Amino acid sequence: MPRIPSSEITPKSTFLRRRELMKLAGGAALFAKAAFSKTAPKHGAKLAGVKPNPKYVVPNEKVNSFEDITTYNNFYELGTDKEDPSQNSDKLVTRPWTVSVEGEVQKPKKWSIEEIEKAFPAEERVYRFRCVEAWSMVIPWDGFSLGEFLKKHEPTSRAKYVSFETVVQPQMPGVKGYAGIPFPYQEGLRIDEAMHPLAILVTGLYGEELPNQDGAPIRLIAPWKYGFKSAKSIVRIKLQETQPQTTWNQYGGGVEYGFYANVNPEVDHPRWSQARERRIGEILRRKTLMWNGYPEVAPLYAGMDLKKFF
Amino acid sequence: MKKRLVPLAFAAACLPLVWLVVQYLRGGLGRNPIDEGINDLGYIAFVFLAMTLACTPLQIVFKLKWPILLRKLLGDFCFFYACLHLSTYVVLDQGLSLPDLVQDVLKHKFIFLGMAAWLLMLPLAVTSTSGWQKRLGFRRWKRLHRVVYLCGGLAALHFFLRFKTPRPETVVWACVIALLLAVRVVEVVRRQRVRMLDSR
Repeated sequence: MPRIPSSEITPKSTFLRRRELMKLAGGAALFAKAAFSKTAPKHGAKLAGVKPNPKYVVPNEKVNSFEDITTYNNFYELGTDKEDPSQNSDKLVTRPWTVSVEGEVQKPKKWSIEEIEKAFPAEERVYRFRCVEAWSMVIPWDGFSLGEFLKKHEPTSRAKYVSFETVVQPQMPGVKGYAGIPFPYQEGLRIDEAMHPLAILVTGLYGEELPNQDGAPIRLIAPWKYGFKSAKSIVRIKLQETQPQTTWNQYGGGVEYGFYANVNPEVDHPRWSQARERRIGEILRRKTLMWNGYPEVAPLYAGMDLKKFF
Repeated sequence: MKKRLVPLAFAAACLPLVWLVVQYLRGGLGRNPIDEGINDLGYIAFVFLAMTLACTPLQIVFKLKWPILLRKLLGDFCFFYACLHLSTYVVLDQGLSLPDLVQDVLKHKFIFLGMAAWLLMLPLAVTSTSGWQKRLGFRRWKRLHRVVYLCGGLAALHFFLRFKTPRPETVVWACVIALLLAVRVVEVVRRQRVRMLDSR
C-alpha cells in the first residue's frame, strides 16, 4: 500500500471545521449573488373589477411589459438612477395613506386611500407615456377621472389651478441624501387641464395595485404632457387662484422646463431635441407625436404661443 | 516586467468593451440598453482620458516612470471608446441623418461640447505615432498634444451637463481633471523659476 504523504492529510482541526467552511463558501456565493443580481419587481395585489375602457387604447402598438414599467423609473425620492426606485421600492410606506383635498373648494376632505378606491372604482386605460428625457412607453394604467374626483369637492370660481404634492418620508434614500431637487415634489395643472377627460388619478397597473416605484398608492397621469408633470405618491391636492410653483419650474430659474411641458416635437429641451424618442424595447428612435398623440387637448391651448408657454 | 506592461495594459483596456458586450447580451443594461450603452461608452472614454492625463503628473509628483510607457496606449483607447460612443449616438440616436445630426450639435450645448472634444481628439489620435512625432518635430508635437487638456475640460463639462441636476460624480471628475492640469501648470512655473535662477 502506498504511503499517503503527510502533506495530503487534512489536519484534524480543519476536518472538524468542514461544515463551517462550507457555510462560509455558501455565504460568499450568496453575497456575490446579492451584489451582482437585482431583485425582481414585486407584483401588487389584484384589483377587483377593473375593466378596460375601449375608448382609451393605443392601436397597433405593443404595450410595454410589467418589467419595463417597474424597473425603469424616475422617482428621485427613491434615488436618481433609473433602477433605484425599483430597488428601493420598500422604502416607501403606503399604508396608512391620506390624501388631502383643500384650497378653493366648498367641500375640502381628507381621504383615506381605501375610501378613494371604494368611491372611485378604477378602469383600465392604455396611454402613451413620454418622458422629457426622450424615452417612452405604452402603459395600461388603472385609474379614474381626475375631473370627476375634483368636482366632488365643488371647486369655487377662484379655483384656477390645481397643485399636487408628493409624499416625503424620512426613510426615503433620495430625501435623506442629495438628489439635486428640493422636496416635497410639487406639480400643477391649470383647472381646465385637470378637468380634461384624459387626466386621471391612477391606483393600479396591469390590473394590480400600483407598485411603489410607479407612484403608489395614487398618482396623476396627464398623458399629453411630459412624465414629470404627473406627480407620484400624492398626499395633497390644492385648488388655488395663482399658478403653483412646481419643482422643475423653480429649478435653475425655470430653464429646465416651463409650467405647461406639453409633449411637442418642435420645442426642444434646452439641452436636447424632443423631435424623436426611444420607445423602451426598440433600438432606433421614432418620431415624437404632437401632444403625444392626443390632439383632442389642442383646444385647451388655442391662441397660445407654444414656444413661449412650453 | 517593462516588456510585459504594455501588452498587459492592452488586454486590460479591452475589458470594458468585453464587459459591455456581455452585459448587453445577458440583458444587464436594463430596460433601455441603448441609452445605457451610449452613456457607458462615454463614461469609459472619459475615464481613459483622465488616466491619459494622469501619466505625466504621476511622473512629476511621484517620480514614477512606468505611467509614461502607457500614455500612448491609454490615449489611443480613449479615442477608440470615444469613437464607439460617437458612432452609437450618430447611428442609434440620430438614425444616420446628417441634417438631424448637424441641428442637434449646433442647437444643444451639451452635444456641441462632446462633439468638440471628439473633433479635437481626432488630430491627436492621428499624430500619436512616433513617425508623426518625428515629422512634426518633438517641440511642435508636444505643443499640439497639450490640446488634450482642452479635451478633458470639454468632456468634463459635457458629462456634467448631461444630467437634469448636478450629479456629485460629475463634479468630482471635473475636479480630477482640474487637479491634473494644476500639477502641470505648477511644474511649468517651477521650471521657469529654476531656469531664471540658473541664468542669473
